[in-house]
Amino acid sequence: MNAAAKPGLIGQSVTRKEDGPLLRGQGKFAADINFPNQLYMRVVRSTYAHGNIVSIDLAPALAITGVVAAWSFTDVADIPPIDFRLTRLEQLAAYRQTILAKDKVRYVGDPVAVVFAEDPYLAEDAAEHVVVEIEELPVILHADGKIGEFRDGLPTETALIEKGYGDVDGAFASAHAVVSLSLSIGRHSGVPMETRGAIGRYIAETDMLEMYGAAKVPHWNRDQLAKMFGRTAANTNLFEGHVGGGFGIRGEMYPEDVLVCLAALRLGRPVKWIEDRREHLIAANHSRQQTHHIRAAIDRDGNILAIDNEFFHDQGGYMRTHAATVPDLAAAMLPGPYRIPAYRVLGHIRLTNKTPGGTYRAPGRYESTFVRERLLDAVAARVGISGVEVRRRNLIATSEMPVTRALETLGTDIVLDSGDYPKLLDKALNGIGWDDLQTQITSRRKAGELVGSGVAMFVEKSGLGPFDDVRINVGTDGLVEVVTGAASVGQGVETVIAQICAEKLGASYDNVSVIHGQTNRIARGLGAFASRVSVMTGEATRQAALKLRDKALAAAAELMQLTADQLDVVDGEIVRLDGGTGPSMTLGEIAKALEPGGNLVGDGEPGLFAEASFESKHMTYPYGVHVAFVSLARDTGGISVERYLVAYDIGKAINPMLVDGQIVGGVAQGIGGALYEEFTYDDRGEPLAVTFADYLMPTAREVPDVEVIISEDAPSPLNPMGLKGAGEGGTNAVGAAIAAAIDDALGQPGAITQLPVSPQHVKALLNAKV
Amino acid sequence: MSDKTDITLTINGQSHAIRVESRRTLADAIREDCGQTGTHIGCEHGVCGACTVLVNGEPVRSCLMFAQQADGKQIRTVEGLADGDEMHPMQRAFMENHGLQCGFCTPGFLMLAVGVLEREPDISDHDLIDVLSSNLCRCTGYQNIIKAVRAAAVEMRQS
Repeated sequence: MNAAAKPGLIGQSVTRKEDGPLLRGQGKFAADINFPNQLYMRVVRSTYAHGNIVSIDLAPALAITGVVAAWSFTDVADIPPIDFRLTRLEQLAAYRQTILAKDKVRYVGDPVAVVFAEDPYLAEDAAEHVVVEIEELPVILHADGKIGEFRDGLPTETALIEKGYGDVDGAFASAHAVVSLSLSIGRHSGVPMETRGAIGRYIAETDMLEMYGAAKVPHWNRDQLAKMFGRTAANTNLFEGHVGGGFGIRGEMYPEDVLVCLAALRLGRPVKWIEDRREHLIAANHSRQQTHHIRAAIDRDGNILAIDNEFFHDQGGYMRTHAATVPDLAAAMLPGPYRIPAYRVLGHIRLTNKTPGGTYRAPGRYESTFVRERLLDAVAARVGISGVEVRRRNLIATSEMPVTRALETLGTDIVLDSGDYPKLLDKALNGIGWDDLQTQITSRRKAGELVGSGVAMFVEKSGLGPFDDVRINVGTDGLVEVVTGAASVGQGVETVIAQICAEKLGASYDNVSVIHGQTNRIARGLGAFASRVSVMTGEATRQAALKLRDKALAAAAELMQLTADQLDVVDGEIVRLDGGTGPSMTLGEIAKALEPGGNLVGDGEPGLFAEASFESKHMTYPYGVHVAFVSLARDTGGISVERYLVAYDIGKAINPMLVDGQIVGGVAQGIGGALYEEFTYDDRGEPLAVTFADYLMPTAREVPDVEVIISEDAPSPLNPMGLKGAGEGGTNAVGAAIAAAIDDALGQPGAITQLPVSPQHVKALLNAKV
Repeated sequence: MSDKTDITLTINGQSHAIRVESRRTLADAIREDCGQTGTHIGCEHGVCGACTVLVNGEPVRSCLMFAQQADGKQIRTVEGLADGDEMHPMQRAFMENHGLQCGFCTPGFLMLAVGVLEREPDISDHDLIDVLSSNLCRCTGYQNIIKAVRAAAVEMRQS
């Protein structure tokens, strides 16, 4: 199924460039990277959720043969705390995490010491010999409870997020009715199959610091590491290998990344750290946990006049790299696809004694979509119309596009760029056969079954700027190399970028290779987050490929004594548009002629290459509809997702097979958060989900055969290919749609007010009904 | 814990004479002592299945087995699936059905599926999904893995 190199490659489901090595066991993940003479790092973590550090005795660990060094905070006191990457608010700076805990611990898992040894087993032994004495302090486990003290009189409420527009109070005063709900979303996270890992290496002869195992944002992390160590970006490099899943959590700067690099610098040997799964579940970013109190002012027909929302965001022990990102996105994106004339939101960012939080696929939106869509269902119940009808009445019409929201997030104004929301709702309902489904539900209920359906809608965001750079070079062998500042977390970046390059340049797909995540190959880059790569790197690639094509044609025209407009590039070969025969040339031959000293190099720079930057001030806004159909077991409360459909409009799909994969995989993660996954704690802050036996991720048994409609009704006007990102729409509305379906199956509108929904909870609701 | 024992691991037909502590897991021995890093470690407590290899033809979680327990046994890992350039039908099916994204869990799924289908080529679809539900994947949502294994099962039965 390798693609022929001809126009039309964009939009084809070509097989992936990434697959060969991954299928043959030739991947290079963090744990697969080794350097001679390397040391192994092991982190000693707090076993208390909150406490004062009384003493740390490293001597017993250092006494073990093969242990090279051990550090506590005093050894790293010169290193500043880890800074914010996004959504910085200055008052949050005091709440940042140091790379080892200073004098207090704030969650179970908080790094208090590190040991370095000749062997990973030995390092683990040695870590157990570090004696840490902690005086336990009372814990805060609820973000919406009493405000406590972080340290030095700083409150655990770190910031308030306030957004809004319109006359909210006026709307409530004149409303036909007010619908109020209290809703909460459980604490869960990305949990990629590859745990984190980092290998630091210092090359003294060139004064070069390197870190392997980078992901997501290598350039930003390079700049930060250089700054923290008083170095320059020029002698600091990060390298991304294969990445075993990102989902928001991987690749952010964590204490361990800094520690391996610091150790490499100080100890003069490569230092390797591979996280174990228990560590991952208590140390890597958690996400999602919020409690919302939302009210809607409505008219008699169920039209929403205003929304007023107050919510509490459980950030865990410290403010990490995302700063206010997740609650900010929750607040800014809450209005979704609906015409909300007035809106007010107040978000409390609260620290608790749990693992610190960050983003997880559809950050803030999984949460606020659950809240908003629960609200829509409640409005429907209040005025006696269906869930579908209440959405139809409130959806923004196509004629209103583009819609400026008077809200901003991630440094951009929210302008819904394009969309036909009602049309996509129709597509989704037709796709699942909504009327037939209702008939089936009626007849199965008559037979005594508990079955129900639910619909949820959402607007996503994607393509965050402000820029992306691409350089494309053709070698004298005709091979095309695309160097990007993007990163890959396993989603198929190489394939998608190669498809765009091959089509626009006229090269063979098989001859295009794509470089990402290597800071020594391109000066700057923003990496892979916020569903940005296809949009930003994709458009930069298109521009660079077209420039390169023009350059190749101009050179070919000169060599072939024709004009450029008589020529085309097809499959890496220059051909005459008139079909005339005669000598032809390959891109490789043109590259040769453009080599230094080649016969075509005049005053210009030698080489067959082109560069382009794409800049964008606004995000693009894909949108979607989820439909869930569930059945409940009357005896156990067990929940089975029998059917699930996602309709997602992304403007233009470069590779529909990969988009489908993103959506289905996203749904699986959404189902996890809706029904199974939760980081729970006992009343002393001891984490209870520290293995895959406690933290339950969906398996092949729990995930249905997701039906996917990839829609291209509303290309983005913000880039010529019309692209919008596809990475997060599969996850966004799963909690909302499943909650609605469970309500429907129970026959209890509004019954589900929190995620995840457990069988015990369903059973309790069933018992209460009897 | 420094008492080491000499053992021989036979991986994809090749013998590796190694010296290991009694506590060394088979997964670590395969990766670190024998250099076969295609076998991945995802949880080290036997739930995720990323480290699945075949020991005497049976799918085994190599993080839950000590290297010494595999002494002298026939071990097959993902590196042994392809015949030179020619991929195993299971590998090809994963590629054609987009059965992998990040690829970290993939070697475990490949070995699990190959091991089960070699032993039980006519396994029912119900039982096949039951078997596949013993490994975790975080990217694909499983449907393309199931499609890939079904497609490879047909091909493996014909060959």
